[in-house]
Amino acid sequence: MKQSLKSSSSLIWPLAGLGLLLLFNAVFNPSFFSISIVDGNLYGNLIDIFRNGSITMILALGMCLVIATGGVDLSVGTIMAITGAVVAIIYQSDPDTSLFVALLVALGVAGVAGALNGALVAYARIQPIIATLILMVTGRGIASFITGEKQIAVENDAFGYLGTGHLIALPFSMVLVFLLYGLMVLGVRKTPVALFIEATGDNEDAAHFSGVNSKMIKLLVYLVCGLFAGLAGLVETSNIANSDPSQLGIYRELDAIFAVVVGGTALSGGRFSLIGAIIGALLLQTLTTTLYSYGVDSALSPIPKAVLIVTVCLLRSDRFRKQFTSLYARKNVA
Amino acid sequence: MSLKISRKYVPLTATFVVFVVLFGIASLRYEGFASAAVVVELFSENAFLGICALGMTLVILSGGIDLSVGSVVGFTSTFVATMIMEYAWHPINAWAVALVLGTVFGAGMGCLIHFYKLPAFLVTLGGLFFARGMAYAVNRESLGINHDLYNGLASANIPLGGGLSLSLTASLFIAFFVLTFYIGRYTKFGRNVYAIGGDEDSALLMGLPVGRTKIGVYAFSGFCSAAAGIVMTLYTWSGNPLNGVALELDAIAVVVVGGTLLTGGVGFVAGTLLGVLIYGTIQQAIYFDGNLSSSLTSVAIGVLLLIFILLQKAIVSKGEEA
Repeated sequence: MKQSLKSSSSLIWPLAGLGLLLLFNAVFNPSFFSISIVDGNLYGNLIDIFRNGSITMILALGMCLVIATGGVDLSVGTIMAITGAVVAIIYQSDPDTSLFVALLVALGVAGVAGALNGALVAYARIQPIIATLILMVTGRGIASFITGEKQIAVENDAFGYLGTGHLIALPFSMVLVFLLYGLMVLGVRKTPVALFIEATGDNEDAAHFSGVNSKMIKLLVYLVCGLFAGLAGLVETSNIANSDPSQLGIYRELDAIFAVVVGGTALSGGRFSLIGAIIGALLLQTLTTTLYSYGVDSALSPIPKAVLIVTVCLLRSDRFRKQFTSLYARKNVA
Repeated sequence: MSLKISRKYVPLTATFVVFVVLFGIASLRYEGFASAAVVVELFSENAFLGICALGMTLVILSGGIDLSVGSVVGFTSTFVATMIMEYAWHPINAWAVALVLGTVFGAGMGCLIHFYKLPAFLVTLGGLFFARGMAYAVNRESLGINHDLYNGLASANIPLGGGLSLSLTASLFIAFFVLTFYIGRYTKFGRNVYAIGGDEDSALLMGLPVGRTKIGVYAFSGFCSAAAGIVMTLYTWSGNPLNGVALELDAIAVVVVGGTLLTGGVGFVAGTLLGVLIYGTIQQAIYFDGNLSSSLTSVAIGVLLLIFILLQKAIVSKGEEA
């Protein structure tokens, strides 16, 4: 009971932020909420938020588990680039490759990358920031080596469905997020695995002595994070029908980390909120979409993002809260 | 046969050996590689990376990390180019303002990290976003610089004899190296950086100015990044908001390959210089080969990074056992 109270209160901030943004749009730009139906599929800003935010949401779900173990994965953006490059080269060598084979190979590569991160963190006992930094440094080089240092167009109808298709009137990527979320809730949250992850993040030694195989847990969360990053890379590649090793997934790791942190999962680990990660990703995407709808240059969108991130961190800092409340108290006295 | 090297110097020695071996292999494989011209080229080609990495060295020595350096380089180069070309500022004024902006930006991040105990990588990630956005806010496009001072500086080389000369950017890199080496080795500030990186709580209990030092380290890194951005304009004669994307990764890699422990407290500014030279040697060797893809530079540096991190881990855990 206490646990659920705590986790729900940490969701108040991102929900309030999201509500505020939507309210702002409701007042100044009511057309923001209009949804139209074209060819039986839904279109509109709200749908776009889910569609464009799907990449961040997928990444955030994987990142959430990693952060819950007290780690972080800086390499998800480059894993996206690598899987994009792999799938591009598969379709380039044989345009008729079946979707199943293409996905299997590409996700296999992503899984290997994730497992490598996991092995470095869990078994070589290297700090997560540093262990995943290695792939972050190397990954784009690997991706551009795979594609021969150029962009490759990926045009395959079956593959294109991942990022641009519709299922029951909704964008497929949106449905995919729901599916993955459901899978995570049933497979992790509702099983002892969630407990093992939180125990590992809270106190690895204590978890170890309680019989939790914390090394294996760590390896698995990085593996899952790698797989999700691979999936995100495939959705993005499919969406833009192009694989550009130098641009695909760039700075995505930051979006994912922020979505998770904004959603109430502390970077110190030990507790996690999957729905929080989704809400965090929605908040970031709503902010971006709102800025677009007001014609703000997309190149400038990092600025409000940075401000949001630092503000959220500050709101979580005890010292800032104290200063803030004492300021408020002093005003009241005067 | 007791060649004893203090544990402290093992990573630095390893770096030196790697540099000599790499340079040796490249010299044997490629004709004309083992020349003074190539060595000079290593300095001027990587001046901006080197200057960033020097600032990063002190940050990492203090136990922190600065991910914003690449974006600050991009911002500075765009800012300087725009101010000179569109607002007709004198380059010296543009440089001075850019250096102040970079330093203040770094100090601001340092304040957030110190006063509010926020994780350094998170704050500087925010800084990365912010500075990159600001670069685009200043100017969307690449802008060439055409100014008498720049034209004059292009020929301001220091002759080394034998037809060789040290370009301005290379000499700036060396000047920054000397400055950072001096700060790290001979100043109170430098010793405080090592102490804080070693154990922040102990440093605090010993009465060292932890806050001032931490903020100072990030301010210095911001200063170095701004200087690197200026060096970039001198090298390319232009400013581009896209300059320095992912430069922070190369800078961190070079520092670690240079033998500085990412956990802080152990390392040498001289190691970073060697790290930059290793990076440059790999790049030049790939360039000399002609058949190898240039993306292999980052793969090679990543592999070196992995080896050095594992080596460091082995040294540290051996030290704990002892």
